[in-house]
Amino acid sequence: MLTKRVIPCMDVTDGRVVKGVNFVNLRDAGDPIELAQRYDEQKADEVIFLDITATSDDRATTVELASRASEELHLPYTVGGGFRSVADIRRMIAAGADKVSVNSAAVKDPSLITQAAEAFGTQAIIVAIDAKQRADNPNKWEVYVAGGRKATGIDAVEWAREAAKRGAGEILLTSMDRDGSRDGFDCALTRAVARAVDIPVIASGGVGELEHFAQGIIEGEADAVLAASVFHFGELTIRQVKEYMRAQGIPVRL
Amino acid sequence: MIAVVDYHKGNLKSVERGLIAAGGDARITDDAAEIAQASAIVLPGVGAFADAANAMRELGQDEVLVERISAGVPFLGICLGLHLLYTAGEEHAQGAPTPGLGIIEGTVRALPKNDLSGNSYKIPHVGWNEVSYLSKRPNPLFAGISDREFFYFTHSFIAPPSPETIATTTHSITFPSAVQWGSACFGVQFHPEKSSDAGARLLANFVSIAKNV
Repeated sequence: MLTKRVIPCMDVTDGRVVKGVNFVNLRDAGDPIELAQRYDEQKADEVIFLDITATSDDRATTVELASRASEELHLPYTVGGGFRSVADIRRMIAAGADKVSVNSAAVKDPSLITQAAEAFGTQAIIVAIDAKQRADNPNKWEVYVAGGRKATGIDAVEWAREAAKRGAGEILLTSMDRDGSRDGFDCALTRAVARAVDIPVIASGGVGELEHFAQGIIEGEADAVLAASVFHFGELTIRQVKEYMRAQGIPVRL
Repeated sequence: MIAVVDYHKGNLKSVERGLIAAGGDARITDDAAEIAQASAIVLPGVGAFADAANAMRELGQDEVLVERISAGVPFLGICLGLHLLYTAGEEHAQGAPTPGLGIIEGTVRALPKNDLSGNSYKIPHVGWNEVSYLSKRPNPLFAGISDREFFYFTHSFIAPPSPETIATTTHSITFPSAVQWGSACFGVQFHPEKSSDAGARLLANFVSIAKNV
């Protein structure tokens, strides 16, 4: 049976992980490859490197990171952030990234998804969606772009459906309301998207406790769960999370 | 030398590094003459069936591969590299299925979205899934790897069932996740180079098969 995935996400700038992490000196930003290797040992199912800066110098550094990762990592990895064109995506795939995650650029020009899926296969294209609950309707969520700064008026569930139809291989769904809250995933949002598309959905935003991971899968009907700070700061290990999920009857690789 | 066949569709470093870490003398090459001289051949899985098959034909690799595989040179096809062993594939085909290498008979088709009971599954099949041996007979490719070990999959197309199947995996339907043709030609649907320790073990097994022929 296909297992549910646990995915640590690393924010990277200038080739280094931005947040401090437990297993390196907190004052030092970690090396993304070394951290990914630690997560591999803990049975992470894959990792995501999120490039949180977008200047051209930093992009070159991120391409180098993808290239090093393809030589040194033995698990799948995604690079996200800052893609504007098929050429940008091609550069990252050529460097060795297994998948890329696109967000704002896909909203601006949805044909980017189609073109990228045709060039590199649907399995290589993740569409990331940042969604925020509408004030006027708690059962609707709006898509935000530009790192969550700009509202689009687009309905998140409709956009997920459109992205899937255009050839996205997975949806990485972040609840802006829950992100950083430690209150758990927005399971209503996750479930609405998971039921709307027939491609895998990765739940993101809000994890603080062990139970949240299981809730994302069981109540949110997600195929994978993503977290950052709870892993980086060593509050939880991937193994702990997977053991908890297994105890809840969720198939995991341990 | 183990030739890692480059058909210009993507990055092959993780496959090359995986083989080197497993003790193999691996080198990425697109040169048909160099492939012909190799003591073992690995065909990685990058891109879509039609693009890859056409690129291999343009680079003159297809005839060399058929000749060397038929001659018993150890071979490992990964993901799309497994698919290319078959007669034809429907992925990205314009009209009729695109011809493959034709080592194993059958057409590569899309993984169905529904199982026989009508339950629906997410496609692409992405993530870690179990690989079950068909028989309890030990296969050198899986030496030291337990039955139902997890490997990393990412694909939407599958090989057809055939007598060459040595292991299967289930997602909507049960499909071949490893095949063997002759004594030393193997194909795997999963990505050993992305499958952590279990994948490293499988690559090491292939390297020792290659050394012992």
